[in-house]
Amino acid sequence: MPGRLRTATLRVAQAVPVVIGVVVISFVLTRALPGDPAVYFAGPAADDASIAEIRSALGLDRTLPEQFLIYAGDLLRGDLGQSLSTGQPVAEDLARRLPASLELTGLALLLACGIAIPLGVLAATRPGSFADHACRVMVTAGVSLPTFFTGIVLVYVFYYLLGVAPSPLGRLDFAFIEPEQVTGFYLIDAAIAGDGETWMASAAQLVLPAVTLALFTLAPIARMTRGAMLAALGADFIRTARASGLRPKTVIYTYAFRNALLPVVTTLGMVFSFVLGANVLVEKVFAWPGIGSYAVEALVVSDYAAVQGFVLVMALLFVALNLAIDLLYTVIDPRVGFDGV
Amino acid sequence: MSEPVATPASANAVQVDDTWLHHVSHVLRSNPVTLLAFVLFAGIVVIALFGPWIAPFDPMESNAARALEPPSLRHLFGTDNLGRDVFSRVIVATRLDLTISVAAVALSFVVGSILGSLAGYYGGWLDAALNRVLDMVMAFPLFVLAMGIVAALGNTVENIVYATAIINVPFYARLVRAEVNIRRDAGFVRAARLSGASDTAVLSLHIFPNALPPLMVQVSLNLGWAILNAAGLSFIGLGVRPPTPEWGIMVAEGANFIVSGEWWLAIFPGLSLMLAVFTFNLLGDGLRDIVDPRTRT
Amino acid sequence: MQTSRRGFLKTSSGVLSAAALPFLKMLPAEAAARDVVVAVTGQTINSLDLHRKGTNRPSYQVAVNCYDRLVSFGTKSTPDGGLSYDSSVIEPELAESWTISADGLTLTFKLKSNATFWDGSKVTAGDVKWSFDRAVSAGGFPTVQMKAGGLIRPEQFIAVDDETFVIKLDRASKLTLPDLAVPVPFIINSKVAKANATADDPWAMEYLHKNPAGSGAFKVLRWVPGEQLVYERNESWVGGPLPAVKRVVLREVPSPATRRALVEKGDVQLSFNIPNKDAKELAEKVDVFSTPIENCIHCVGLNYTFEPFQDPDVRKALAFAIPYEAVFQTAAYGRGAPMWGGDASSDSIEWPRRSPYSYDMEKASAHLAKSAFASGFSVPFSISLGLADWMEPTALLIQESLGKLGIKTTIEKIPGANWRTANLVEKRLPLHLENFGGWLNYPCYYFFWAYKKGHLFNSSNYHNAEVEQLVDETLHLATDDPAYAPKIKRLFEIAFEDIPRIPLWQPALNVAANGSSGYEFWFHRQLDIRPLKGA
Repeated sequence: MPGRLRTATLRVAQAVPVVIGVVVISFVLTRALPGDPAVYFAGPAADDASIAEIRSALGLDRTLPEQFLIYAGDLLRGDLGQSLSTGQPVAEDLARRLPASLELTGLALLLACGIAIPLGVLAATRPGSFADHACRVMVTAGVSLPTFFTGIVLVYVFYYLLGVAPSPLGRLDFAFIEPEQVTGFYLIDAAIAGDGETWMASAAQLVLPAVTLALFTLAPIARMTRGAMLAALGADFIRTARASGLRPKTVIYTYAFRNALLPVVTTLGMVFSFVLGANVLVEKVFAWPGIGSYAVEALVVSDYAAVQGFVLVMALLFVALNLAIDLLYTVIDPRVGFDGV
Repeated sequence: MSEPVATPASANAVQVDDTWLHHVSHVLRSNPVTLLAFVLFAGIVVIALFGPWIAPFDPMESNAARALEPPSLRHLFGTDNLGRDVFSRVIVATRLDLTISVAAVALSFVVGSILGSLAGYYGGWLDAALNRVLDMVMAFPLFVLAMGIVAALGNTVENIVYATAIINVPFYARLVRAEVNIRRDAGFVRAARLSGASDTAVLSLHIFPNALPPLMVQVSLNLGWAILNAAGLSFIGLGVRPPTPEWGIMVAEGANFIVSGEWWLAIFPGLSLMLAVFTFNLLGDGLRDIVDPRTRT
Repeated sequence: MQTSRRGFLKTSSGVLSAAALPFLKMLPAEAAARDVVVAVTGQTINSLDLHRKGTNRPSYQVAVNCYDRLVSFGTKSTPDGGLSYDSSVIEPELAESWTISADGLTLTFKLKSNATFWDGSKVTAGDVKWSFDRAVSAGGFPTVQMKAGGLIRPEQFIAVDDETFVIKLDRASKLTLPDLAVPVPFIINSKVAKANATADDPWAMEYLHKNPAGSGAFKVLRWVPGEQLVYERNESWVGGPLPAVKRVVLREVPSPATRRALVEKGDVQLSFNIPNKDAKELAEKVDVFSTPIENCIHCVGLNYTFEPFQDPDVRKALAFAIPYEAVFQTAAYGRGAPMWGGDASSDSIEWPRRSPYSYDMEKASAHLAKSAFASGFSVPFSISLGLADWMEPTALLIQESLGKLGIKTTIEKIPGANWRTANLVEKRLPLHLENFGGWLNYPCYYFFWAYKKGHLFNSSNYHNAEVEQLVDETLHLATDDPAYAPKIKRLFEIAFEDIPRIPLWQPALNVAANGSSGYEFWFHRQLDIRPLKGA
């Protein structure tokens, strides 16, 4: 559809100022961080001269506008700079770590959807019932727990006390080497390589952190499903469908659910980008080599390039995701256009 | 966007109040969970107000000889690594945690409402500019943005409040903008304008009140989220400064003691944190039921 | 089974796979433990080249394990049954022997003739010169550390022939030889490095950052920053006895709770630098080595730029108001050595030593009453976020005690990046905690860094003309020189009288081992994997 293509292009064009703004803000924010990376990285026993050398080597002795121009120029060439704390190019770091975060977040959302959507539907079909209240209390309890707390408790119980979970050492146990990189998602790469053992091992590592995150995301998804289903079930066309004698199951699953899908998908998009940024804490607990833990470490040591790179990648992801959702909208509900907002 | 289905609340206050109260009592009676939420909320407020008098010990006083004692009759929640009474600290922390979240949410509520109202009412370039700015903030990974702000400004209670407020502003601004936008040409608005009301008056007296119900829901959900956000900042080490008791810091520090068997350090503040967030979330759900009768059958 | 990606351990030779397979927990565990040690640490290694700008402390272990120096320190037993380096004994590493001229200005080293780099090429004096030239030219920390031993300019280093290397000094110093045994002057395969150098990068910083080229006991098999570093034994190492383990896997695990669980359950064989509390509690279950760190003291810094701390009575009041024992038990869980309640008349020049102060609120009040700030004052108490595990409880207890004197403190946690800047470079924190430790184990070296005006670790902005002179006089003087001891004693006396730094305790470096042995403490506080053995 040429119309759809044009609106998509328009959407991308609208995102450009947003991305530029994010680049500027992240630059300013990192420069506002306290501390002097030159001092930090000059190491112990460094004197003034060596700190000054490091400062000029890092380009930090220039004025801010100059630094920004250099940064922007590098960005245009696709160079995100070097991370000081890992000593690697930021782009390389992010490329290696992003799949780890995406895999974890994606799986957690999948898990959450698998539980939350049926719960939401169940609650919506029997509003006010015991099941409704139970669902509500359960998912609300999940979202009320700080993720780092849940994570540590899960590790303590399932690894330390019961010994059923593998050691919380990141994406794979020592004995395994990561599968040959195709997508960076270990589950997919291991499957492509046909290596069942590695697949199992990496799946096992994923369970606890994914459950931790899923617990946290149950609530918004279940809540939105319930709300959307209630709205759909109350709509005129459902009344018509019921009145015309369709089976209740058909009404609920075919008619109401399809119509409730739209807000649920929007919520999913929001939750995904939110969780990707918020799983910082879970990554820290599980030694998960994702971009969240990377950003935290970088921020604490004022590692400018790494923080900026992280923010930029997250912003691009966010924009891409929104675009994808918008496009999905038109598939789910052709009546939705792009005019207006 | 289609016209709103529900009829906008009018200024006809007396009648509305009556049916509204009736509706509230109906919802509370038919929904025990919401009732529970209101009871819990009242309890939390009481503890926040009278915490320092309820606490059996000075929450700051250390006692190296009684460090890391498990829960007992003397110390209901045990003692921490400095021998401070965890129960007293949990109780006293209630006020600070509540203050942080209420202040942050209030701030984002006010700022978001003003921005959203203006954009929604006047539209045009103002609307477009605000939208882009909000997009920009939303495109930031929010928790990392909050971390950055606190790290840059220093970890004081005020800065935690500001950081939490900033990352919440877009939600309010968006919501208010949408609510205002769909009503700016509604009949009752035109009538008010024709009767000579100024833009400010129309906006603040006629249009904005209609956005309040969904806003209240957002507020209550956000209160919980703000507490979690502050706790997360503490976990990274960017929270309230010691020795001030705060749930997030207590959980974060206590978390390191779980493996060595001193579970009470993290569990009790963790449960309090959870209970508070839980209450706010249930409250939000309950409020939604009250303000949006359509979702009830 | 085909060549799977299951274990890198399996991919190499048959011998290796047999050794590695048990790792999969499918075969008996004993075989694995002998050949492979898995260690965990909380820190990230950010470079394989110590000389590079921006290389962090944890990365120094690569210089230790993968490279050799001319000389090394000896080994001694510690009172708790562990092993420690011995600062009084210098042993050969790549040098077979060395001579020092009568005037102490010329050091001549004879290299081991069978020493080879990993690529099989011979280690020559040219490589040594190139490496030393690099260390003094790189700038930053390596250059500063070389300078401490009087190694300043490339012209000081002469490769006489392939196996003879000469160092010319400007002045004789007791610090030169020990300074050659610190991690910095490590010897690089200059042929490989030069082949990868560019006009912009004559010292091959970019190449060696990721690709070590040395002669050391271990090679780097894999390095994933933020995740793990895998070492593999160099079978033809001549720098010392061949290591007992073939492979060491170093995993980075940020959460201390997780690290504790791992070593306690025996899933890893060694946990490096564990918190004091874990050290105390794990000691009953696994092998814990707590070695007091030589020449290192945790202390309270009183900054002279803050007016009340210019008053000697205020400083003494603070020194008497610290509940030392409670701090030591709460913050250090009794690990390390107390640094308070010493005998002022002690005749030894041992360092660190106990200060003459102890917890005595009466004396504290009396001193404060005598001062110009009898009614107390308010002051921020700064601690580092990165070191909060011991600094926070310490600061809280001191805060409470000072409160009783009327000195109101607010605790400020400063993030890691800012801590060095604020505390050591700008020296603007009025009241703070400080933890300098000198690599070279001499009291004069400690005083040089921590008590001389403008020096990095003098976070108190302390200045005393006599101290300046005494440090200058003793720094290069041999310890057995009759003039040395009296001058050092005078330094101690001034330091305790002026008390710009209030010593709290000498910290310990704690390591838990569960299924490995042979751990040895080093002054550089990094894990030396060479002496490690499996169970």
